[in-house]
Amino acid sequence: MRTVSAPARKLEHGRVGESVLRVDAIPKVTGEFAYSSDLFAAGMLWGHTLRSPHAHAEIESIDISEAVSMPGVHAVLTHEDVPGKKLYGLEFADQPVLAINRVRYFGEPVALVAAEHPEQARRAAEKIQVQYQPLEPVVDPERALEQEDLHPERPTEEAGYFNDPRSNVVRTIVIRHGDPDAEGEVSVSGVYELGIQDQAFLGPESGLAVPDGEGGVDVYVATQWLHVDRAQVAPCLDLRPEQVRIHLAGVGGAFGGREDLSMQIHGALLALHTGRPIKIVYTREESFVGHVHRHPARIWMEHRANHDGKLVNVRVRILLDGGAYASSTTAVTSNASSFAQGPYAVANALVETTSVYTNNPPCGAMRGFGAVQVCFAHEAQMDKLAAELALDPVDLRLRNAIAQGDILPNGQRITGSLPVAEVIRRCAALPVPEPEALPRDAIRLPGGAGNVTRGEGVKRGTGFAVGFKNICYSHGFDDYCAARVRLFADASGELGAEVHCAAAEVGQGVTNVILQVARTELELENITLAPHQTATVDSAGSASASRMTWMASGAVQTACRAAREELESRGGSLASGDEVDVERVYRHPQTWPLDPETGQVQGERAHVAFVCSAMKAVVEVDTELGLTRVVWIGTAQDIGRAVNPQAVYGQIEGGTAQGLGLALMEEIQTRDGLITNASFTDYLIPTALDMPPVDAVLVEEPDPDAPYGAKGVGEPPTVVATAAVVAALRDATGLELTRAPVRPDHLAGLTA
Amino acid sequence: MRITLTVNGEEREADVWAGESLLFALRERLGLPGSKNACEQGECGSCSVLLDGVLVCACLVLAAQAEGHEVVTVEGLGSDGRLHAVQEAFVQTGAVQCGFCTPGLVVATADLLARRPDPSEDEIREALSGNLCRCTGYAKIFDAVRLAAGAA
Ligand code: FES
Ligand code: FES
Repeated sequence: MRTVSAPARKLEHGRVGESVLRVDAIPKVTGEFAYSSDLFAAGMLWGHTLRSPHAHAEIESIDISEAVSMPGVHAVLTHEDVPGKKLYGLEFADQPVLAINRVRYFGEPVALVAAEHPEQARRAAEKIQVQYQPLEPVVDPERALEQEDLHPERPTEEAGYFNDPRSNVVRTIVIRHGDPDAEGEVSVSGVYELGIQDQAFLGPESGLAVPDGEGGVDVYVATQWLHVDRAQVAPCLDLRPEQVRIHLAGVGGAFGGREDLSMQIHGALLALHTGRPIKIVYTREESFVGHVHRHPARIWMEHRANHDGKLVNVRVRILLDGGAYASSTTAVTSNASSFAQGPYAVANALVETTSVYTNNPPCGAMRGFGAVQVCFAHEAQMDKLAAELALDPVDLRLRNAIAQGDILPNGQRITGSLPVAEVIRRCAALPVPEPEALPRDAIRLPGGAGNVTRGEGVKRGTGFAVGFKNICYSHGFDDYCAARVRLFADASGELGAEVHCAAAEVGQGVTNVILQVARTELELENITLAPHQTATVDSAGSASASRMTWMASGAVQTACRAAREELESRGGSLASGDEVDVERVYRHPQTWPLDPETGQVQGERAHVAFVCSAMKAVVEVDTELGLTRVVWIGTAQDIGRAVNPQAVYGQIEGGTAQGLGLALMEEIQTRDGLITNASFTDYLIPTALDMPPVDAVLVEEPDPDAPYGAKGVGEPPTVVATAAVVAALRDATGLELTRAPVRPDHLAGLTA
Repeated sequence: MRITLTVNGEEREADVWAGESLLFALRERLGLPGSKNACEQGECGSCSVLLDGVLVCACLVLAAQAEGHEVVTVEGLGSDGRLHAVQEAFVQTGAVQCGFCTPGLVVATADLLARRPDPSEDEIREALSGNLCRCTGYAKIFDAVRLAAGAA
């Protein structure tokens, strides 16, 4: 029998810190990569979801008799066919699997159809007779606080939050820090507003549910967190967790929008009911109503400061519209509160944040998660304050930049890496391109190919913004990630490894991170990543909160080291056919919740770590037509350490595009709660013509608590980009521009 | 109805319903899911294919209209198991994240470079402005186009 020793050979390439080509790039460029909408199974049927045309209505009756007799139809299901729990939810089970007696938002699922052809399923859905009694929709988040409770049972009560008796409150947070009435020598205030942004990932919600013939089901789906899906799906099907196996299918982007369930329970219900595999693929229109959005916000802020530019007191009131169901609204509420003052040290603060239920589209996770909204407001305020004090805006930010040892309004002392002053300096130092001479090609002017100006009426402006947010889950959440490593002697007698980790690859590149960590720790060439599924490894937690690099690195590193130890305890070699198989769970340092009355952290820290970013934007505005062109963006981002630099730059460029979109064009429009622009014709995202070059500088100050010092990169660019671009528009036009997205009529001075 | 068409150089037959798009037929009838379905309304370019050598959105063409015509999809770009220069460039430059836009962009870029082997910066932006990408911010896609143009 041959035995093999580790390391089999010295690793040449692919460790942590090197730019490594994506392992999934080749199947993605050839078209072979199987996304959740590409799946196929013999005998498969197509599922379709009938959705509410009303934002708020009583359901008087549902008649499926005609629909079930349509050609090709195998099943028509309503809430009565949900065998287990009728409600589910990411944090609170307040959302019906299928509407029961009432619909609370436009597009809420009411019934399901399975048929042989998707068109048959759609046509059958049209024949389901639902009698609605429309009700007045609750659509204004301020009025919601006095209107009828949409969830009279108050699902989020008793969760340890501040007790707010007003109607429709999802969560209220009050943070009192120092003397919340402290006066400064000057004060500036403003009210800011942000519309609803959509994740607009390109791969529509989709998946395949396959019954296992023994009462269980396999669901292949694009998701961000396999195990939390299972935890929601199984009880609704009245199945044990191990009877529901969730497998990660190819994910066409996520950005928070795949944290909540889409087709998982629906597909499984139809599959179990018909005994056939069920494929569901949302249309783009359905996708716009089929996932949660970024919370629209109204924010009042007052900044009090002294003449030397030092902030004395920041007073903030935030109202977030959570829409019809809770999703992750409670966590977005706490995030918005945590970062409301921006990355600045301030001795006194008062932050009051309330999120409400309405009949608007449900809101939840989107890249930046509460920090985007407040950054837009606090950065506008910092510019206002600089103008009031006649100080340079960058200098004002530097004077107040938070640093290690400073205390946040929630009472947490900053201990890890948070190089705010450094990102400000590095970003400010980036050279801004010279204005391009006129005349020039219309494509390089506001309005582009529309050919509406030759340069007359065009003004240029520069904006600057700084922001920060947390990495990983906060406030006492038991945040962990598991990884399993199997070492074996391969056919040629060399040592190889197979890594299992349920960390969702959503396009961000965590697959490479996992493999780079495993290569670094094991020093082996032959390492593969097993398919992601719930059955073979414990939870990885969510691919969100910029946490997956940190957490997957920690888990894979721990499991690899345990595997090596085990190997060494067996004499450092494996007989062919033998294997080492270990699973380990990694947890980041503990966090604690906030006191519900004072908003002060009840332990050492509320957040495990922070990342910050500074961004500078140059725009041109056709002030007559209100059209814009973003000319250039420069940014310096704190990342701890780059695991895969090429992927880090990619995240920064892509995250910047999403922030630019919210600044200039992206908004879900509603009328009485009904979405009116559910298409890429009417909901615009940045195209190749909208994006400027992005000059990015990485600030690498490894975090002592993070594996390899690597913190995470996904969110900061989105947090600062909206603020930076709108600041540049203000500089170009002299207008206040307190609402994002900024519309042409704002810029042309037609509306405020 | 039964249609006959040439796909990636091979004659293929498919039974389709009269209302089905070429995209649906490729993906669901012919086992070629490489062309993507991000909007199915002609807004995103993820379904880009060449129809008789002309770049089209396969979601806007009826399957029946392709009867007797020649279609090239992303699956048909490479040859002899080797990547097309554009595909290789997308891999090298990091132009792929989630990759859902990639098949469409690869086909659109191949089409652009066939027409304009050395496009200017503005020509690249304009030519690809019908292909949405939500992940990359396009910077690395432009790098890929330049790299492929240089390699051609
Ligand atoms: S799927 Fe055809 S253009 Fe979007
Ligand atoms: S890489 Fe995800 S849409 Fe382009």
